[in-house]
This record gives sequence, C-alpha cells and structure tokens, in this order.
Amino acid sequence: MIRDITIGQYYPADSPIHRLDPRTKLFGTLVYIVSLFFADNLWCYGAATLFLAAAVRISRVPFRFIVRGLKAVVFLLLISVSFNLFLTDGRVLWQAGFLKITDAGLRLALFMGLRLAYLVIGSSIMTLTTTPNQLADGLEKSLGFLNRARVPVHEISMMMSIALRFIPILVEETDKIMKAQMARGADFESGNVIRRAKSMIPILVPLFVSAFRRATDLAMAMEARCYRGGEGRTKMKPLQYERRDGFAYAVLLAYLAAVIALRLIW
Amino acid sequence: MSIKAVDLTYTYGAGTAFEQRALRGVNFEIKDGEFVGLIGHTGSGKSTLIQHLNGLLKATGGDILYHGESIYQEGYNLRALRGKVGLVFQYPEYQLFETDVFSDVCFGPRNLGLSQEEIEKRARHALRLVGFPEKLYGKSPFELSGGQKRRVAIAGVLAMRPEMMILDEPTAGLDPKGRDEILGQIERLNRQHGLTILLVSHSMEDVARYVDRIMVMNHGELAFDGAPREVFRHYRELEAMGLAAPQITYIVQELRERGVPVDDSITTVKEAAAAILGLLGKGGGEET
Ligand SMILES: Nc1ncnc2c1ncn2[C@@H]1O[C@H](COP(=O)(O)OP(=O)(O)OP(=O)(O)O)[C@@H](O)[C@H]1O
Ligand SMILES: [Mg+2]
Repeated sequence: MIRDITIGQYYPADSPIHRLDPRTKLFGTLVYIVSLFFADNLWCYGAATLFLAAAVRISRVPFRFIVRGLKAVVFLLLISVSFNLFLTDGRVLWQAGFLKITDAGLRLALFMGLRLAYLVIGSSIMTLTTTPNQLADGLEKSLGFLNRARVPVHEISMMMSIALRFIPILVEETDKIMKAQMARGADFESGNVIRRAKSMIPILVPLFVSAFRRATDLAMAMEARCYRGGEGRTKMKPLQYERRDGFAYAVLLAYLAAVIALRLIW
Repeated sequence: MSIKAVDLTYTYGAGTAFEQRALRGVNFEIKDGEFVGLIGHTGSGKSTLIQHLNGLLKATGGDILYHGESIYQEGYNLRALRGKVGLVFQYPEYQLFETDVFSDVCFGPRNLGLSQEEIEKRARHALRLVGFPEKLYGKSPFELSGGQKRRVAIAGVLAMRPEMMILDEPTAGLDPKGRDEILGQIERLNRQHGLTILLVSHSMEDVARYVDRIMVMNHGELAFDGAPREVFRHYRELEAMGLAAPQITYIVQELRERGVPVDDSITTVKEAAAAILGLLGKGGGEET
C-alpha cells in the first residue's frame, strides 16, 4: 500500500556504496542521469543497464526493495510510454483506427520507458545508500561555492534534509491514519473520482494537523539546543575523500566515456 | 460465538533488512461477553496482534476465526467485520478530522450506510455512554483535552454498535482521575451492555482491577493466559519480562514469606485489606 513509497528512505547495509562519500554519490547520480539523456541507441542503454545492475548488486539493497520504488511512478511510466508508442510518426508497423504503432514510435517508447525507470532506480540507489544527514552534508559542501553569491547553502541543505527525513515519517503516519479510519468503516477504493477524492479528507486532515505539530516541535527542539544557522558552525565529522572515492570516480569517468563513444560510433 | 486466533504469525518487512518477527504462533479464543486484558512490554506485539482481529493486517501465517468463520476466506466482508469488531487506536489524533465532535462520531455509522436519523441516534447514544458532556458536541475535536479526545475516539467506534471493542492503551497520557473514569466506563460497557472487551495496557494495576482474564505477550508470543490471580502467581517471570505484578501482590508475597497465612490469590487492595483485617480478628467488613 502506501508503504511502498521508498523515495527518501535509507536502507541500512554495509556495502562499498554505502561507504562512499556522499559527494561522490551525488555527482555519480548526476552524471548517470545526464548519460541517460545522452544515450540514443541500444548500445548506450546496454552500458547504462550494466552500470546500474552493477551498482544495485554492489549496494546490497535487495532488488525487490528497489523495484517497489518504481511502483509509485508506474502510472507516469505507462502514460509516457503509450504516448510515445501511439503518437509518433514513422513507418507504420500496426494500425487499428486512429491508433498506430510505428518503428520510430516503438523505439522512442522503449527508450523513454527505460530512461524513466533507470532515472528512478538510479536516484533511489543514492537515497537508499545515503542517510539524509550525509546527503545534506554532501550537498552543502558541494554547493559551498554559492555561499559567496549570498545563497544560504547551509539553510537550504538543512531544509532539504529535514524534508527528506519527514517523508518516511509522514508515510508511516498516513498508514496509521488510514488504518484508524478503516477501523471506522472508511472505504478508499470504491466509488467515482469525486467520491474517492472526498474519502481522502479523513486522511488529510489528521495528517496535516500532525505534520504541523511535528514541525513546530522540531523547530522548538532545535532552538532549545541553540541552533542558529550555518554561520560559524563546524562539523563533528567533516567530509573527506578516501581512496575508494577516487576509484569510484575513475569507474564513473570510464562509464561516461563509454556511453559517449558508443553514441558517436553508432 | 467467539473470536479465535490460530497459530498467528506476522513478520514486518519480510525479506528486507527491516525484517521483524512481531508475532510467533499466537493461539487464543475470546468468548462473547468476556473482559480481557492484553499486557506486554513495549514492542512485544500487542498493537500488531489486535490489528489482525479486524483484518487491518493480514497474517503471514495462521488464521483468525470470527464466529467460526475464517476472515481470510475468499469474499469475506472485511468492512462488515470492522463494524462488528471495533478497534480504537492508541492515539485519537489519528482519527479525528471533522469540524465538530458530533459529526466526527457520525463518521463510523455513516460508513455503515444507515439512515441520517439512525446515524444521529447512535452518535448521541455513544457520546452519552462515554460520558461526553452534551454542551461540547459542537466544539472542534482539535480543541479538546487529551481525555476528551480519547472519549470522542471511543464514541466514534462505539457508534457503529460493535459486538466487540478493542482498545489500545486507552489511558495513556491521562491523569489518575481521567484514567479511572475511562476504565469505569469501559467496564460498564462490558457489564451492562454485554460488549466483549479487549483492553491493551501497560499497567497491571489497571488491568487487575477490571478484567476477568489476562493475556501476557512477550517477544511476539503469548506467555500467560488466565485469570489475574493465576497470572500474578508468576510474578517473578513477569518481572523477567520487564513487567510487574500489582504492588499488592508483592506485599502479600512478602507477608507469606514472613509466615503470615494470607491467601496468595489476592489481586486487589480491597481484597488484601479484607484478608488482613480478617486475620487480625476484626471481621474484615470495613473498607480502607
Ligand atoms: N510498521 C512497522 N514496521 C516494522 N516493524 C514494526 C511496525 N510496527 C511495529 N513493528 C515492530 O513489531 C514489533 C511489535 O510492535 P507492536 O507495535 O505490536 O508492539 P506493542 O506491544 O504494541 O508495543 P507498545 O507497548 O510500545 O505499543 C516491534 O518490535 C516493532 O518494532
Ligand atoms: Mg502498541
């Protein structure tokens, strides 16, 4: 059910990927996403698949767990695939009424589907193997140069890490609220769109009430411990690149070079 | 007529690193009209267990029989079951959502598809049963005190006219007076209205005073199941589980160890006072 949402969730395990510096993982994910948009033939996607499969394997996160994250975007995936499949011009392979499948459409749909799926899987590997705190640290340090342009980098990364941390909490809370209302006979599955939207009210109201309460509690708890933003704040565990990060960057560059080469050659 | 758990097993997050075996082969039967207390340390599986009884969680193994029928069989009407086995969760905040108390209590009976008249009748009746003051019916549920919220939450389930009520720690966070009032009302629902009650609690003291039978959970297993006096005899094992028998049990045991022949099946202060006064030759008729 609602618990299938794995975005923003951390999966504890002891793997080389878990141990990488968060900056390496952030940059790696970015490069991977760019490579997906760069890829335009089967060979490129082959390389992307290989890279992703290796990352999943090394991360020791069960594959089932990663796929569960895909379920949340299955609808989006289906829409974009069918749009591309039926609405692209080209050599017609199959036709029924105004629906037709062309060779270009097939190709585009396949690539679009793969691209979206890999994008979600790739970024969930990053969030699954990095604690929200590490992630925020990584972002803060990588974007530190923006400080000079008076961008409040620390505050932004703090907000981000809190928001990420709240996702699983809110998901859990939604689950509890749904159960409490189901125990009173609530029905979220039947009826037309309007009825279903209305049946969400008994979930949304308690959820908002509790989210606001949590937010004020958290703000209070932070102030009670004298939090006052990033100025002059030092770290207990400053981020430091290790040998394995160098290795990871090397692999990443090799992958990027391979994708570019495959695209240029074919 | 009863609800029965057969070899009930439940594992959270099966197959992931979060795997957590919350129930390991639980067996019991609760008959109509019983008043049962469910006790166990934090994380022993109480909340998990009770969510099985109205089909909110589906067991990974074993079965639940309601009036002899498996609730897991094809086509079983779980929504109807939830109207019969009322479950009140630990935190009333998770279910209150309407703009006023009265409409909130109407939510349950409305989901049963009753007429407006019947819905309002039941809501009013339920609120009266839990002793909620009539002048607050129009108030927002978010502006109530903790004890009042708890009452509205209980009324919200009671208004569905269930045959059985399960209450998850209905007294958590209440002061002694509020606690006694709520427990007293629950007791009345059982004694006067014949409702089967399953009361989840941390406090032996509370439970000993009201229930006919105690079930003790320990690490997902049912450790003891019996009348309070029988269960409290195992007070040393209870202690090892991070629980404790009511204080009076310790006094009685201490007295017995010192050679005072008091009955060791005593579970309440009243009984103990009577027994001690009886031994002192004062007839034991007075109350403390
Ligand atoms: N949604 C969940 N996901 C994963 N594990 C859970 C979940 N809910 C409970 N657990 C685990 O299952 C076990 C039993 O939890 P449960 O909530 O049933 O205990 P409890 O006896 O009700 O405790 P308490 O007295 O604190 O309410 C615990 O170890 C808990 O960590
Ligand atoms: Mg509980």
